[in-house]
Amino acid sequence: MKPRRIKAIAVKESLQIVRDPRSLMIALLIPLMQMFMLGYGINLDIKHIPLCTYDRENSQQSQGLLKQFASSRYFALSKVGQSYAEITRDLDDGSCTLAIVIPAGFSQSLNDAGKGTVQALIDGTDSNTANIAANYARAVIADFSGKVQLRAVQRRGGTLQTLTPVDVQARVWFNEDLESRNYIIPGIVALVMAIVGAQLTSLTIAREWERGTMEQLVSTPVKPLELMLGKLLPYFVIGMVDATICLALAVFWFDVPFRGTLATLLFTTSLFLIVVLCIGYYVSVSIRSQVGASQIALLLTMLPTVLLSGFAFPIDQMPGLVQGITYLVSGRYYVTILKSVFLKGDGAAQLAVPILCLALYAAVLVVLAARSFRKTLD
Amino acid sequence: MPADTAAQILVDGLVKRFGAFVAVDGVSFGVARGEIMGFLGPNGAGKSTLIRILCGLLRPNAGRALVAGIDVTKDPDAVRQRIGYMSQKFSLYNTLSVIENLRFFGGVYGVPRDQLEQRIRFAVDMAGLAGRETSLVATLAGGWKQRLALGAAILHRPAILFLDEPTSGVDPESRRRFWDLIHTLGAEGVSVLVSTHYMDEAEYCNRVALITRGRLIALGTPHELRRRSLGAELLAIEREGIVNAIELVEKAPGVHDVAVFGNALHALVDDAATRAPALVAYLAAHGIAGAIARRIEPTMEDTFVHLVGAAAKARGEAA
Repeated sequence: MKPRRIKAIAVKESLQIVRDPRSLMIALLIPLMQMFMLGYGINLDIKHIPLCTYDRENSQQSQGLLKQFASSRYFALSKVGQSYAEITRDLDDGSCTLAIVIPAGFSQSLNDAGKGTVQALIDGTDSNTANIAANYARAVIADFSGKVQLRAVQRRGGTLQTLTPVDVQARVWFNEDLESRNYIIPGIVALVMAIVGAQLTSLTIAREWERGTMEQLVSTPVKPLELMLGKLLPYFVIGMVDATICLALAVFWFDVPFRGTLATLLFTTSLFLIVVLCIGYYVSVSIRSQVGASQIALLLTMLPTVLLSGFAFPIDQMPGLVQGITYLVSGRYYVTILKSVFLKGDGAAQLAVPILCLALYAAVLVVLAARSFRKTLD
Repeated sequence: MPADTAAQILVDGLVKRFGAFVAVDGVSFGVARGEIMGFLGPNGAGKSTLIRILCGLLRPNAGRALVAGIDVTKDPDAVRQRIGYMSQKFSLYNTLSVIENLRFFGGVYGVPRDQLEQRIRFAVDMAGLAGRETSLVATLAGGWKQRLALGAAILHRPAILFLDEPTSGVDPESRRRFWDLIHTLGAEGVSVLVSTHYMDEAEYCNRVALITRGRLIALGTPHELRRRSLGAELLAIEREGIVNAIELVEKAPGVHDVAVFGNALHALVDDAATRAPALVAYLAAHGIAGAIARRIEPTMEDTFVHLVGAAAKARGEAA
């Protein structure tokens, strides 16, 4: 292997990149755009669920319950309905997700029998949101029930202790505010890097075949490994710039807490970048057309990273077979590392396993990519 | 052909198949040091395939090819270090300047650093691009591009040069200049194997190999080929509308073969001196008076057309 040849190829490739400012702009702007689109677009927190109410009793107690719903930050009162027809229409056209109906005789039954019933109608088209809305509604009602019981007990001269013998004092670690953004954004960084990294290199070999320059290049004594290293070097630099943009946005724009060290972050990021650059290169060698290579590279990186890296969908909730497949997805390791470095402040020692897996992954792909290139036209 | 101990290229029974199609069909030849060998043949004859095998870009199905004494299938990279190659399609980088392209190939070929600037200087001068070193290659006209590609291919001073239709699509003046460069290289001891489908360019070669349908059907100096291969003498018959009388001339006594060349007929005859007046009289007797028949030197095109026809006939008889 001659460093001189690697340098000649790296210089040539860099000049070609610089002479094509449009694609350079794309390489630098796309990650910026994707970070903003995905960073704002993906939000798993459910707040301000549109609520409409229909109070058939209009008593002090029924209004008290509805007020408690309206003042909860999980619900936003969108309408006070006057008939079943009205709330049915609102559920139909989607202007509310949850409708609370309080029957006539609610407070009567509550006071006489110690038991009242309210009806909650939920739009179940999005089952996740419906579930969460139902849980929130139960919580509000449980709170209300507690207060009613408390008053009843106090009237009889009892105390609160008898009612709640065990109380959970929950404290959330690492993502104290349970902001879904805090664990989604590091995953988005991985996603953007996977997409952009593979795109960068997916064109590099295919372009030379399409323009006819490859025939000349393979007639020289250049070795496949020299060609690959020379070609990947400039894209590695661009990829690291992209990574810096994404990570800086995560910390300074989206305010994701960063508790780890920069060294761990940069080291693991370069490993992941090598993996995705090699995927793009491998595809470019295998598919000698630019359009085809770019499509396949997108497919190979985006789909597994979105679905199987655990960036938004927890891996331990997946069926056993699918969980097994996630071990083949490089994004899995990088997402794990990013989330831990950002939120837990883990260093290389705690992350030894995913870092080793990622390093192994990178090593295997470097070998595969280098060997995929054959210096013949057959 | 005689075994040449100083042969820079030695090819023996080379075969290349693409599926059922036989692109190169048992070709053998040798090229000596400093020799300019031309591959002449129609498009699709197998010239490019042969050159690509010799550059180690395609693997032959059978036969052996030694380039600079090295078997191309065994150590293609050692061969590549010793050869220069210009592919049929222009293959320098359009978005790079003249000097950037040359530096790139200099680096890839590992031209010693202390010689690189001087070699680049030489290539630039040779291509006539002095003063345009920083121009992007995309802005150069065809002839300059071809000469620059040649310059890039000889930066590392290869002993052997493969040029695949280097002059196609280039104006006549540039073609002329290009051939002067090839002769200069030949005089310096570089063996050059150049393919072309321009008949006139074959005349510039030391030896010419006629190739059609993957077979080498004749090999020799242009002079030898013209003389020996025909095995007969050539008459040009001129008269207005004479091309319509081709069937009549074919039946005339002593005529082996007739072909149309422009608005004249070229007839192969056993003896030009006696057949010329006889043919004029024969035509007059058949109502075509005033024809002129004169002996001419066969051109490469005559030779080529005749040999390709003969090869096709031989194949037909064999089948």
